[in-house]
Formats: sequence, C-alpha cells, structure tokens
Amino acid sequence: MTTRQTEQLDRVVIRFAGDSGDGMQLTGDRFTASSATLGNDLATFPDFPAEIRAPAGTLAGVSAFQVAISDHDISTPGDAPTVLVAMNPAGLKANMGVMERGTTLIINADAFDERSITKAGYASNPLTDGSLNQYTVYEVPMTSITQEAGKEAGVKPRDAERSKNFFALGLVSWLYTRPTDATLEWIHAKFGGKPQVEDANTRAFRAGYDFGETAELFDARYEVRPSVFAPGDYVNVSGNTALSWGLIAAAKMADLPMFLGSYPITPASDILHELSKRKEFGIRTFQAEDEIAGIGSALGAAYGGSLGVTTTSGPGLALKGETLGLAVSLELPLVVVNIQRGGPSTGLPTKTEQSDLLQAMYGRHGEAPLPIVAAKSPSDCFEAAIEACRIAVKYRTPVILLSDGYLGNGTEPWKLPDTSTLGTIEANFATKPNHVKEDGSEVFWPYLRNEETLARPWAPPGVAGLEHRIGGLEKADGTGNVSYDNVNHEKMVHLRQAKVDGIANDIADLEVDDADGDARLLVIGWGSTWGSIAAGVQRTRAKGGKVAQAHLRHLNPFPKNLGEVLSKYDRVLVPEMNLGQLSRMLRAEFLVDAQSLSKMQGSPFRAAEIEAAIAEQLGAL
Amino acid sequence: MTTVEIPLTTRKDWSSDQEVKWCPGCGDYSILAAVQMLMPDLGVRREKTVFVSGIGCAARFPYYMSTYGLHSIHGRAPAIATGLATSRPDLDVWVVSGDGDSLSIGGNHLIHALRRNVNLNILMFNNQIYGLTKGQYSPTSEEGKITKSTPFGSLDHPFNPISVAIGAEATFVARTHDMDRAHMQEMFRRAHEHKGAAFVEVYQNCNVFNDGAFEGITGKDNRAEMLINLRHGEPILFGSDFDKGVTRRANGELAVVPVAEVGLDNIIVHDVHREDPALAFALSRLSTGPTMPTPIGVFRDVQRAEYGEMLNAQVEDTKAKRGDGDLHALLRSNSFWTVD
Repeated sequence: MTTRQTEQLDRVVIRFAGDSGDGMQLTGDRFTASSATLGNDLATFPDFPAEIRAPAGTLAGVSAFQVAISDHDISTPGDAPTVLVAMNPAGLKANMGVMERGTTLIINADAFDERSITKAGYASNPLTDGSLNQYTVYEVPMTSITQEAGKEAGVKPRDAERSKNFFALGLVSWLYTRPTDATLEWIHAKFGGKPQVEDANTRAFRAGYDFGETAELFDARYEVRPSVFAPGDYVNVSGNTALSWGLIAAAKMADLPMFLGSYPITPASDILHELSKRKEFGIRTFQAEDEIAGIGSALGAAYGGSLGVTTTSGPGLALKGETLGLAVSLELPLVVVNIQRGGPSTGLPTKTEQSDLLQAMYGRHGEAPLPIVAAKSPSDCFEAAIEACRIAVKYRTPVILLSDGYLGNGTEPWKLPDTSTLGTIEANFATKPNHVKEDGSEVFWPYLRNEETLARPWAPPGVAGLEHRIGGLEKADGTGNVSYDNVNHEKMVHLRQAKVDGIANDIADLEVDDADGDARLLVIGWGSTWGSIAAGVQRTRAKGGKVAQAHLRHLNPFPKNLGEVLSKYDRVLVPEMNLGQLSRMLRAEFLVDAQSLSKMQGSPFRAAEIEAAIAEQLGAL
Repeated sequence: MTTVEIPLTTRKDWSSDQEVKWCPGCGDYSILAAVQMLMPDLGVRREKTVFVSGIGCAARFPYYMSTYGLHSIHGRAPAIATGLATSRPDLDVWVVSGDGDSLSIGGNHLIHALRRNVNLNILMFNNQIYGLTKGQYSPTSEEGKITKSTPFGSLDHPFNPISVAIGAEATFVARTHDMDRAHMQEMFRRAHEHKGAAFVEVYQNCNVFNDGAFEGITGKDNRAEMLINLRHGEPILFGSDFDKGVTRRANGELAVVPVAEVGLDNIIVHDVHREDPALAFALSRLSTGPTMPTPIGVFRDVQRAEYGEMLNAQVEDTKAKRGDGDLHALLRSNSFWTVD
C-alpha cells in the first residue's frame, strides 16, 4: 500500500451528476451528512429535473447535487465546483459549463460507450478527443467494479449496477477523508430489510473507498478541517424541514392546534410530508382536492380556532388568490407558505426563482393588503415561520411566507435553538360581549378593533353570547353587519390598510452591515439571495471595496427605518431572481434609484456575479 | 355520563336581527322558516351551530340565523366547512348552497366532501336558474332553456343532483321541496341525525327568474300524482289512490307502472340502508326533470366512517403512542451532533 500525503483544504465544492435514476441526490445527501458530523460548515444545492425519470442518458435527465464543505463559515454552496463526479456522458456535458479549468473530474469511464456519448450530444468521446486536457481527469470503471462487488453479494450484474452511486460515494469519501461508519450505519438502517440490497450497497461503498486507497490513481487525499462552531447541538437542515418545524413551534407557542390544508406541489410537498408525520403535536393535515380547497379548509379551521396553514408554490398561490381576499376581509389568522419556483405557469417546477413577490403583494382583487415575510437561508425558515404565525395570530390576518426551491431543498448546519426560550404567541380568543348597546344590553361586535393593533376579536364558534355572522361582503365598522354604505366601505379599506401598515411598529428595524461605516453603496435583498450577496460583499471587502449589505425579512410592511437606510447611500443595488420586483417596490415607496441585478436561470446567484455587479456600481460612483 | 341541559328555545331565538333581503315570494323564505322552526327541536345549542355558505341567493342564509355563520366565496363552502367540521368535531356544521354554487363553480368541493363523508349537513337549494346574477341558465336547467345567456336555448345537458351525490359516494342523499314544510323538516332532521356528509336537494321556486319551475310536481293539486314519496320499508307507491308504483323490469331497469298491472308484490320496497347504491341511483333516474313523477324523500342513508372522526383518531392515537409532541426532541429527530 502506498502512503500518500494528506493535503489540507479550507474549502471544497463537489458536484455529483448523473441520470435521474442514478441516486445522485442520495449520494450528495450522504456525503453531506458525513461532512456535517465531521464538523464542517456546509451548504448544499440539489439541482434536479421535474421529470421523475427522464429518458436515461439524456441531458434532460441529468440530476445533480452540489455541496460545499468548509473549515470556516460559508453562506453558499459555491460558485463553481472544484470536483465534478460524473456518472455518465450526459452528467459530464450538462455540467462542464460551470467547471473551471484545472478543476477535477471523476468520471465513470464505463458509461462512455458510443451510444451514451452520442445520446449526450457529444460528437466524439470527450475522454479521448483531448477536450478535457485542461482538467485533472480521473477515469474510474465504476460500473464494472460495482458489478464485481455485487457478484460477491449474489446480485445479478444488472441489479448490482444500481449500487454504483455508493461506489462513487465511497471513492469520494476516501478522497476527502470522510468517516465511513455513519454511512455504513445509514445503509444498514435504510436497507436492513433487504439484506441483499444492503450487502450490495455496502460492498459497492467499500469497493469505492478501497479503490481510492489502492488504485494509485490519486496523488493525494484531502482534508477539510472542522469549522469553528459555537457550542450546541446541530443538525443539517433543509429549508422545508426547518419551516415545518417552525410552524410546529409556533403552534406550540400559541397553544393552538395546527390545521394544514394542502395540495401536493413541487417544491413545497415536503412540508406536507413532514407535518403529516408529526401528529403527536396535535396537527391535522388534510390533503385537499385542489389548491383552493387547501386554503379553504385552512381558513375554515382558522375560523374554528386552529392555526390555519396552507402550503404551495407559485401556481398554487394564484389559485388561492380569491380565498386570500376572503381571509383579508374576514380578518382571520392564516399562514400561506409559498415555496417559489420558476414561472409563469408550470414554468420550472424544480428550479428556484423569486418571482412571486409582486403576486404576494398584489395578487388579489380589491385593496387587499397582507403582511409578507421571507426566509433568507434554509435554517432561517424556522424563525421566519414563527414570525409569520406571530403576525397572523396577533393581527388576525393572512400572512404570506415566501421561501423558494433553493432554500426548500438546500441544507446547511443549524445550531438548534433553546426551545424553552421561544416565548409565547397570544391567541386571546374573545370570551365575552365587547359592546353595550344604548338599551344597556351587552352584545358582541366582531369588528370592534383593538385600538393599538387594529386587530378584530377572534371568536371561534362555541361561546354562547358571541354568535355572529361574517363573510366576504363589506362589513360595517364595528358591528360587522353587511354594509353597502359607500363611506363605510372607504373607511374599512383604510382600516385594513392601516392595520397592516401598523405592523411596522412591531417588527425590528432593518440592520445594515456596513463594516467601516462609510460605504456609499448599499446592496439590499430579500429571501434566498442572502447567502450569495453576503459572499459577494465579503469578496469585495477582501479586495478593499467598501459596500454595505442589508436583507429584508419583512416585505410588507417594510421596516420603519428602511427609507432612512436607503437615503444614506449614494447607490442602491438590488439583486433578485426576478426582473426587479423588490427594486420596483423600493422605487415606488421611497423614490430611490434602486438598481436591479436580475438573474432568472433557475439557480442562485454566484458570489462572483454579485461581486462583479458591486464592482460595476462602485466604478460608477 | 352527564346529561347536558339544552335550553328551550323558539324560532325567535334562532332568527338574527338582520332584515331578510330575498325577493318577496322567494321559496327561500319557506326554507328559512322551516329551518328556524326546526332548530329548537333538534336538541342543539346555538353557539355550537354554524351555517357556512358560498355565493348566490341561498348563500345569504347564514345572515338570517342567530347562530355562528360564515358567508364565504363562490363554490367553496364545502371546502371551508370541511376544515371547520374536522377541526371542531363538537360543532354542528350546515352548508347552504344553490345549484350554481354546488354543481357548477363548486362541483369539485361538493363531490369530495361527499366521498370523504365529512360531518356536514349540505342543503342545496335547486331553482334551476342563476338568480343573483339575474337569470342565466344553471347546471340543472333543462336543455333548450331560453335565458339571458341562452337566447337561442341552452345546449347544456343538466346534472341530476341526486345522481351526482350518489355517484360521489354520498352516505345520505335526500330530496324535498319548498312547498312542504313538514317534509323539509323531516329531511333536515334526518340529515342532521346522520353522521357524515348529508346531502339534501331542495326544489326551490325562483319567482323572478324561473317562476313555477316545479309547480307541475309540487303544486298542491299535482303532488299526489307527480311526487313519489319514498318511505323506508314501504312499497314505493304514489297517486291519489296509491295506484301507481315503481317496479323493476326483467332487464333490471326501474319503471313507473299501475300497481294493478304488476301486483303489489312486484312493487319495490324502499330500503335506504342498502349498501349497494345501484337501486338508489336508479330511483334518482326515474325522473329527468320536474315534468314527470319524481321521487322525494331519503334515497340513501348508510353508515360509513366519518372523516373528521378518523382524522382526529389518528391524532389522538399518535399522541397516545408517542406522548405529546416534544419540540426539543423533534429538532433532534434527524441525526444531530454536539459541539462542546
């Protein structure tokens, strides 16, 4: 056995790519898990097609998983991979665009037969035509070695071949000195019920690991030391999981039963799945017949005193629009979660985008304002969900919580919060009449507002003396009776707007990260662009550039100090994965010349793109 | 077991202080009166009773009841009521709807509420016309109907609401009409007593846009010959002298015949509890509109697990098995690691 040196790296970005059926998501996920337990900081970016199994070997069917592991705090899964693991020609071709010269390609050489090469759209074999000369290429016969390993487990070659992702995982685990125990345990837990499959996968994983050790192909192994984390318990969490847990936490904080009405839609369904599993928290999950029934049932449950939640993605939000208008009119707590994806229409179901901000803001008929909260990272979805619920319950209003496919599926290590200090959310159900009529009798007025919050009473059925009727027709201020009075209508329009605007008094001021305090350029964003913007800002500062960064949690209403913040800077840059929706809102609200940086390619901004845009803005100062 | 005293109430206790704003002469008035007068007899509390509606003339109903009420949006009442009834099994939830609301814009929600067997009492006022939008044809209007939107006659083939409900796996299906308070109240009471989704079609006269649509069968002088009153356990007979009945032909189809022709033994005995819905469905097909002898009464009344009960049982069973949810443990339910 050769002894090789182990080189230290501060950061590595690996992209696993293969057919949809090759198990790339699972491979990436396991590599991430073992890196997490090793103590690396990390960020992931699953990137897969909408089709479950697109034709094998085609570019359309390529599924990829990118993970950045680091010995220091990172905020993105990396601009460009340092290593690409390509299981077939299509996986290679689809990803060469992001591979910089000098990076490493680990290729399943067995998959490069003429037919597969042609299918991927190559005119000639890239392994032999010299086109990869500027890369470090490792050709590994992954399929055949896996089949050999499978033979020992008594598995037919055709079935054994399916374990080749574990071979790749074993090889990369060796290359980056990842511990093997956790993965082997996981294989046992996952496939223990099918001993032959477990055996085949274990052997493939070991074969991959041993191949690295013995094949003398690799000059060195690499090590990424643990990052420095504050003491505490950590999990590697996806945005959709963190968001689900945040909803559960909020229901606990409010001491309300949660009701989730939802219709499956990519990339939001995982929230329905997660909450369906957690019935011990008193959660009722209801898979409705359509998006409209999803929000309708949640609103009905909210009327009955539950924490009503519905989850969806852009097209579903469009269908929920009318019921959202009703919820605005009924002034009942409701949380609508939108895991945004590429649009319009079916668009790019599995790709990320931030193009529903204006739909969230204005996508209803009439003047129908509602609060909007956005999460900025996978783990931040937990806090964002709690904040959405807090506002919904306190102000008796529907709230739209915006996340997106990148946050929903992406993961990062998360230091778990102390659940005993989360605080409470007061539901404050109405318990008695709130108005005395001229004749001295006590009555209940469902639209008599709290003077401070302008919230109306929440009076679920069941309390004698508080029987009342509400609906989508305009209501008389106070009594809530149907009213077609023109002046009353205008008053109610203003009251509903004032209630939402007033939430600005109840949210934190916008914090600005302006390291030296004398930056003239502010980069402001919302949602999942936070990581990329932070990385771009860091790069700029590392080169001596001065730039401030701020990120909005609340999109409606804006923090009270936002106008003042914006006015302090000579230039404002707004990177968004849309055509400039926030920049448009900022321009309209504050008459500021906010410059939009737009990207709509179904993937997050790269730090380099942000850095370049910042440089351009600084150059114009 | 404790017995809870239900206070004695009268119609007045169940009527709200809001002025009723249906057109004078509308059939909805008699349905409202039937319900308001029935409620004191049902042994329920006002505060535990909720009327949910969608949009349309019928949908104004909740405003006139002194219970809790929710006037929602077009077609969505069954969906909203599903969330309410399943999360609040202690409530008595009624859905009041019309033929457009239930069978056109809200058809999807109706059929799914029925198949799930959510504990709802769904009253569908069928006037075979769009009233609130001032007179367009509805999904129950007869073919060829001349309306504002069909000046050359409607091309649509109508729904038979009872067939739709039975086809949607409903466990309780009944029909009544606005000219017979006692019959309405009997149907509403039985719908209320039924555990699960109960669907009651109410033939209702729109005296402005479709006046007299049901007069041919529900008019006092016509009822005996034109309404086939279904009674559980009894032969299906009608006519002034109960001289006509429903029999099954050799080919399996149902037919209206003179009893004398086939003999009483060959008249079908109505059984609302038949698990197989085929006969109830066949009965619903006896009449294709209010121009021929038409069955009223309960078509089908069978027991099937109620949706909310099952949903809540899953929650309670899981709590019993796992203990009340522990947030601290939940956050550590996937593999976690500790940094010291």
